[in-house]
Amino acid sequence: MLITFNINNESRTLDLFPMARLLDVLREQLHLTGTKEGCGEGECGACTVVLDGQIVNSCLVPVAQVNGSEIKTIEGVAHQDQLHAVQQAFIDHGGAQCGICTPGMVLAAVDLLNRNPQPSETDIRNGLAGNLCRCTGYMKIFESVVRAYQK
Amino acid sequence: MRAFIPNYQLTTPSSLADALALLNREPGVWKPFAGGTDLMVLLEAGKLPHRNYVNIWGLKELRGIEVTDSHITLGALTTYTDVQSHPVLQNEFPMLCQAASETGGLAIQNRGTIGGNIVNASPAADSPPALLAYDAEIELISTDGSRWLPYRSFHTGYKQMLIGPNELLARIRMPRNTRGATHYYRKVGTRKAQAISKVCLAALAKLDDDQISDCRIALGSVAPIVVRCVQTEDALQGQKHGAGTIKTACAALSQEISPIDDIRSTADYRLQVAKNLLTDFLLTLRA
Repeated sequence: MLITFNINNESRTLDLFPMARLLDVLREQLHLTGTKEGCGEGECGACTVVLDGQIVNSCLVPVAQVNGSEIKTIEGVAHQDQLHAVQQAFIDHGGAQCGICTPGMVLAAVDLLNRNPQPSETDIRNGLAGNLCRCTGYMKIFESVVRAYQK
Repeated sequence: MRAFIPNYQLTTPSSLADALALLNREPGVWKPFAGGTDLMVLLEAGKLPHRNYVNIWGLKELRGIEVTDSHITLGALTTYTDVQSHPVLQNEFPMLCQAASETGGLAIQNRGTIGGNIVNASPAADSPPALLAYDAEIELISTDGSRWLPYRSFHTGYKQMLIGPNELLARIRMPRNTRGATHYYRKVGTRKAQAISKVCLAALAKLDDDQISDCRIALGSVAPIVVRCVQTEDALQGQKHGAGTIKTACAALSQEISPIDDIRSTADYRLQVAKNLLTDFLLTLRA
């Protein structure tokens, strides 16, 4: 079926199987490989994207459900060469190590700061609860988020 | 092995009437597909035997929360995120808000729906214990019309429920009779976030002059279905609060639930924790 959506401010129409996972369409059809696959079952958050203003796990969204929607991936977070404050903070404060969880962490953090510009530590923990990291440890990630909003 | 995606159909009806007409025309052929947070997991694992789905996610008729003097009514597509931000739910049905906040992470809460949590019929689901304790009723609709039934009679066995192949779960309503009650919801899992429960207790009751009244208790992950613990409630209703009453209630609870050993926990652990949670609830009631 033909599916039209807006991805990182660009309108695209693709011929897709309706049950195809949004994650696979992003990576394989659109070559937006910044979105990662971790668990493939909605537990790790590596495949997080923003769908109509809310973060979702793109491994759990069939493309038939994004017809007419707006999607933002990690590739759409920076403004041209200007990194988002969250991205810069992850670099400056060691919030990333192997990098697989990072795109999802950054999108979850950006979403949190959009909803809540001055989050408490509990807010940060809740906001990132759906994103698992297996190497950096969470403290440097939390610190990066704190530094991002203090800027 | 991963599923072969071209084998699956996901058709998007233009209205609720269209969706119901399709379900009625070919009963059993089509199943509803809402936020996908359970079905897509099975799909990826190659464990989704049914092939044809109706995409109900976009049906506005199944969204929204309505409040009257006597009830609050949730569209079946109300998400966990919607639940947490509603002031009446926060004030009068806090256990449902807490269940919603402890179901997966935010990305799941933005897609998972209360209706989906009910019809997915997992005994470990997080919102059903709260819905049972709040005496929820559910509305099933089809081309033949609508019928309401008490949620406590809906699940009849493991993954079995009283819904016809042409019916859709449309709304869930709860009576606004919780004022003055102590609400206690606790989910016990392996870790705080992103865990499926080993045991989950939702309970409320009132205490007047040390006498227990309007006691309602429901448990998840301790039986083939999420259970309302009627015998335990009977052991507490009208009783004086105290050590003896707590002991009697725990004994009743032991008779009423049938936990098993599985990948998440053991029967022994679940029974002990269920009794601990009941005790903690009753102590909280007087605190």
